[in-house]
Amino acid sequence: MSATGIGAAVRRKEDHRFIIGTGHYTHDINRPGQAYAYFLRSPHAHAAIKSIDVKAAAQMPGVLTVLTGADLAADKIGNLICGWMIHSKDGTPMKMAPRPALATGKVCHVGDPLAVVIAETLAQARDAAEKIAVDYEVLPAVADPAAAQKKGVDAAFRSTKQVTKLDIVNNRLVPNAIEPRAAIGDYDSGTGSFTLWNTTQNPHVARLVIAAFVCMAPEHKLRVIAPDVGGGFGSKIFIYPEEVRRAMGVQACRAAGEVGGRSFLADAHGRDHVTHAEMAFDADGKILGLRAKTVANLGAYMSTFSSSIPTYLYATLLSGQYEMPQIYCEVDAVYTNTVPVDAYRGAGRPEATFVVERLMEVGAREMAQDPAELRRKNFIRTFPHQTPVIMTYDTGDYGASLKKAMELADRKGFGKRKRESARHGKLRGIGFSSYIEACGIAPSQAVGSLGAGVGLWESAEVRVNPTGSVEILTGSHTHGRGHETTFAQLASERLGIPIDNVSIVHGDTDKVQFGMGTYGSRSGAVGMSALAKALDKIEAKAKKVAAYILEAAEGDIEFKDGKFSAAGMDKSAAWGDVALNAYIAHFSGQELEPGLKEGSFYDPTNFTFPAGVEGRVHDGVAQGVGQPLYEGAVYDEHGQLVTGSFMDYAMPRADHLPSMTVDTTVTRCPSNPLGIKGCGEAGAIAAPPAVINAITDAIGTEELAMPATAQAVWAALQKSNRIAEAA
Amino acid sequence: MYAFTFHRPQTVRQAASLLAKHEDAKLLAGGQTLLPTMKLRLAGPPQIIDMSLIEGLSGIEQSGRSLTIGAMTRHSDVNTSPVVQQAIPVLAQLAGMIGDPAVRHMGTIGGSIANNDPNADYPAACLGLGATIITNKRRIKADDFFTGMFSTALEPAEIITKVSFPIPKKAAYQKFRNQASRFALVGVFVSKRGGDIRVAVTGAGSNGVFRVSSFEQALKKRFSPKSLEGMTIPADGMNSDIHGSAEYRAHLVGVLARRAVADAIGKPIA
Repeated sequence: MSATGIGAAVRRKEDHRFIIGTGHYTHDINRPGQAYAYFLRSPHAHAAIKSIDVKAAAQMPGVLTVLTGADLAADKIGNLICGWMIHSKDGTPMKMAPRPALATGKVCHVGDPLAVVIAETLAQARDAAEKIAVDYEVLPAVADPAAAQKKGVDAAFRSTKQVTKLDIVNNRLVPNAIEPRAAIGDYDSGTGSFTLWNTTQNPHVARLVIAAFVCMAPEHKLRVIAPDVGGGFGSKIFIYPEEVRRAMGVQACRAAGEVGGRSFLADAHGRDHVTHAEMAFDADGKILGLRAKTVANLGAYMSTFSSSIPTYLYATLLSGQYEMPQIYCEVDAVYTNTVPVDAYRGAGRPEATFVVERLMEVGAREMAQDPAELRRKNFIRTFPHQTPVIMTYDTGDYGASLKKAMELADRKGFGKRKRESARHGKLRGIGFSSYIEACGIAPSQAVGSLGAGVGLWESAEVRVNPTGSVEILTGSHTHGRGHETTFAQLASERLGIPIDNVSIVHGDTDKVQFGMGTYGSRSGAVGMSALAKALDKIEAKAKKVAAYILEAAEGDIEFKDGKFSAAGMDKSAAWGDVALNAYIAHFSGQELEPGLKEGSFYDPTNFTFPAGVEGRVHDGVAQGVGQPLYEGAVYDEHGQLVTGSFMDYAMPRADHLPSMTVDTTVTRCPSNPLGIKGCGEAGAIAAPPAVINAITDAIGTEELAMPATAQAVWAALQKSNRIAEAA
Repeated sequence: MYAFTFHRPQTVRQAASLLAKHEDAKLLAGGQTLLPTMKLRLAGPPQIIDMSLIEGLSGIEQSGRSLTIGAMTRHSDVNTSPVVQQAIPVLAQLAGMIGDPAVRHMGTIGGSIANNDPNADYPAACLGLGATIITNKRRIKADDFFTGMFSTALEPAEIITKVSFPIPKKAAYQKFRNQASRFALVGVFVSKRGGDIRVAVTGAGSNGVFRVSSFEQALKKRFSPKSLEGMTIPADGMNSDIHGSAEYRAHLVGVLARRAVADAIGKPIA
C-alpha cells in the first residue's frame, strides 16, 4: 500500500482552497457585461393566470427583457421532463402534466415561477419584477396528501392474531445545501455555442435534458460546467426551470445569472409520506408478512426523478434486513399545490426504513420481546437472498453489526442508566434501527425494465502524462464529498504514485466524457469501480510498454509499488520511465499504439446493499437526527409554506446534535471490482427510527410524530397521562 | 432593498431633528432587525438615520446601586464587560445568549427595547429588573415603557440614550429557545431586591412582555421554587403558532419560572 493509498489517513486535497476562501463556486463566476435574472414567483398555491402584463416592467431602468411562458412557447422551448416512467397497477402510465420552465395558464404552488426579468443589476431586475401586473384568479388549493386522495399477503395476515399496526407520517424536509442553487449562462454568437455554469450534481444529464428535451441548443453546442458546488443532497440533481432560462443565455446575447435566494420555494423538497403499515408475526415472533399503504406527496409537478422515489426506491426496501415471506405495498402518489418533492438524501430508503424499524420495535413491545432479539430472530442469514420486493441481497452479516452496536452502546448497562436518570426525574429510552439500503442504483438493464429513462453506469478515463502524473476524468461529481482525495487515493494505491501527482477532473462536459453524476451513494461503488476498470486497462498497457523497455516477455512483467520488473531478471523500470516511453513510442508498430490513456464505462451487476446499525458518515447522522427532532416543512390549508425561512424551519446546528460513536463491520460487496458499498446516505436513513424508537421507549407511548420537538413530546405525555415536570 | 437616503448625525439633537423632519424615517442602531427586513423588501424607509457616529451613546457604568448601559452598547460588550459580570451577572449571560456572535457584535440594547419584539430577551430583563429607560426627553419606568407587541411608550422623535438597571440581590433568566430562530419561545426573568420581587415573561404573551403578579405574590412569602409549585398561568392571551401552542407556552412559563428562581438562589435544578 502506498503511503497515500486506500485506507491511508490523508488530508483532503480540496479542503485547502475551500478553507482559505479560494473555492470557485458558480456565484464567483463573473462574465464581462453580465446581466442578472430575477424570477417572479406565484404568491398563490393555486391560481389561474388570467393575464400577465410586462409592458411597465420592460421599460424600467436597466431592463434588457422580460420573458413569460408565452415567450418560451413561441420559441418552441420544450418542457421539463421526468426521467422515470411509472405505470399504475392497471397498467396505465402515470399522469403527468406539462411543466414549462415558466408557468403558463396557471400556477400550482407558492413559488412557481411565471416570469423572469433580465436586467443590468439584480436590484433593477427586482424593481422591474414588482411592476409586472398579473391578474390571478385564485383557485382552491390542496396541501395535504391524505386529503388529496383517499387494499397473497392478506392470507398471511388472516392466519395470526399478532399484527402490529402503525400510522406513520414521514415529514416533509427542505434540503438546504449550504450553497444555494445558482446558474449563469453565456452565449457566443460567433460560434453559436452556449455555456451554462450550474450547481448541478450531474452536468452531463443536465446537458442532455436541456439539449434534447427542452431543445435549448444542440448537445454539441452546449457546455455545462459544474464548478465547486457546496452540497447537494439530491436537490441539485434535477433540472429546474431557472436553469432552462439560464441555458438560453439571453436574447440580448449577454450572460445572465441568478442565484437562488428563495431555496425554500424553489428547490425540490423531500419525503412527505403518509403510511398505514401492518406487520404480522407468528406466535414466536417470526415475521409472516408486511403490508403498507402509502400516500406520497409529489408536489405540484413531476420533477426529474420524482416518480421513482416513492415507488421503486421505496417499496423495494421494505424487507429490511429480515426474512419476510410476504410483502405488499401500495402507493398513491398524489399531486398537491406544494413545491415538487423529489430525491433527498436517502430518496425513498429513509421512508422504507422508518416503516420497517418502527414496526419491529412496536411489535417487540406488543409481544413483550426484546427488540434486539426480535430482530436477530428474523435476520436473513443465507445469501444471495431474494426478497419479495424485487431486490436480491448479495451479501450481509446483520448479526455482526447488531452485536457490535450493542457493545458500543453498552446495552447491558442500560437498565442501570435508566434507573439513575429516574432518580433525577428524567425519562430514559433506547431505540434500535437495523437499516439496509440499495446504493449505486444499477444495473442499467434492470432499472430500464422498471421504467427508468436513463442507464445508471458511470464513466472514467485515466490519462497518464508523459511525466508520469495522472489525470482522472470522472463522470462522478463531487460537491463536498471529497472525491478529489478518495479517487486520487485509489489511483495512488494502484499505480504506486503519491496523490499529489493525481488530479481529478470532473464537472465539465467539454472535458469529461458522459457520466451520470453523483447521487444514490454511487460514486464509490460505481464511479470508483469505473476508475478501477480503467486502471486495470492502464496497467495492462503499461506492462506492454515495460516489456519493451526491459526486453522481456509481456507475460513476465510484474507491477508492484510503482515499479515494473521482469520475473527472473535484475532490471526494473519505474512508473515515470514507462509513462515517458509510452509517448516517445519508439516501439510503435502494428502491435502497440503510442500513448497511455484508457477509459471505462462501468455498469454494475447489482445494487450494493450496505447495512448496519449505525451509519458511517457524521453529516448523514446530522440529517438523520434533524428529521426526527427538529426539521419539518409545514404548509397551511391554503398551500402557504409556513416554514418559509430558517426563522421557522429548524436547520440542525452542531449544538443540536448528540455526540456519536461510529464503527463498522465489513462484508465485501461481490458485485463490483472494489467490493465497496455506498455510504453517503446511511446516517440519514438509519437514524430517524432509532431516535423515535428511543423517545417512545422513554415516554411509554407510540403516539409521537416527527419532528419530536419538546412540545410534541410534552403533548404526547399529556395525552398518555404521564405528566412530567419536564418542559 | 429599496433606495434610501442615509443620514449620519453627530449628536442626539441632530438625530432627533431629522426624525422630526422626516415622518417616515427610521433610526438605525445595530440593524439586526431593520436591515434583514429591508433586504426582504418588507420595509422600505426612504430615510435612515444612523446612530453609530453619535458620541456618548455607548458605555457601561456602575454607580452606587445602579448599572447604566448606553443605548448603542453592543450585546457582545455587555456580555464580556467585567462591570456587568460583577454587578448583574445574569445580564451579561442574557446578552451572550442573543442571536449568534455576528448578531451580538452589531445588535444594541437600545435597538432591542425600542423594537420590543415579543420574543426578544432585553424587554424581559428591563421589566424583570425594574429598569428605567432614559431618552432625550424624559425617564420612563420599564413598567410604563412596554405597551404591546412591537410597541413602546416612545413618542415621535424620542430617542433612547441609556438604560439604567437597579442592582438586584438575586436574579436569573431562563430562556427556552425556538429551535429554528433561536429566539425565546418563552423566557422568564426573575429578580429580588429587598421586598421588590419581579417575574417578567417574554415570548409567551400575545401582547408582548408581561409580569406575572400571581407568581410575584407567591414568591414574596418565600423566594424559592417551592413557592411556585403547582402554579400555572392561563393559556388565554398566550401566543400560539407551530412552535408552541398557547397551552404549551403557559406550561413553560411555570417550568421556567421555577428553574429561574432555583438559579437565582444558587440551587439550580439539574
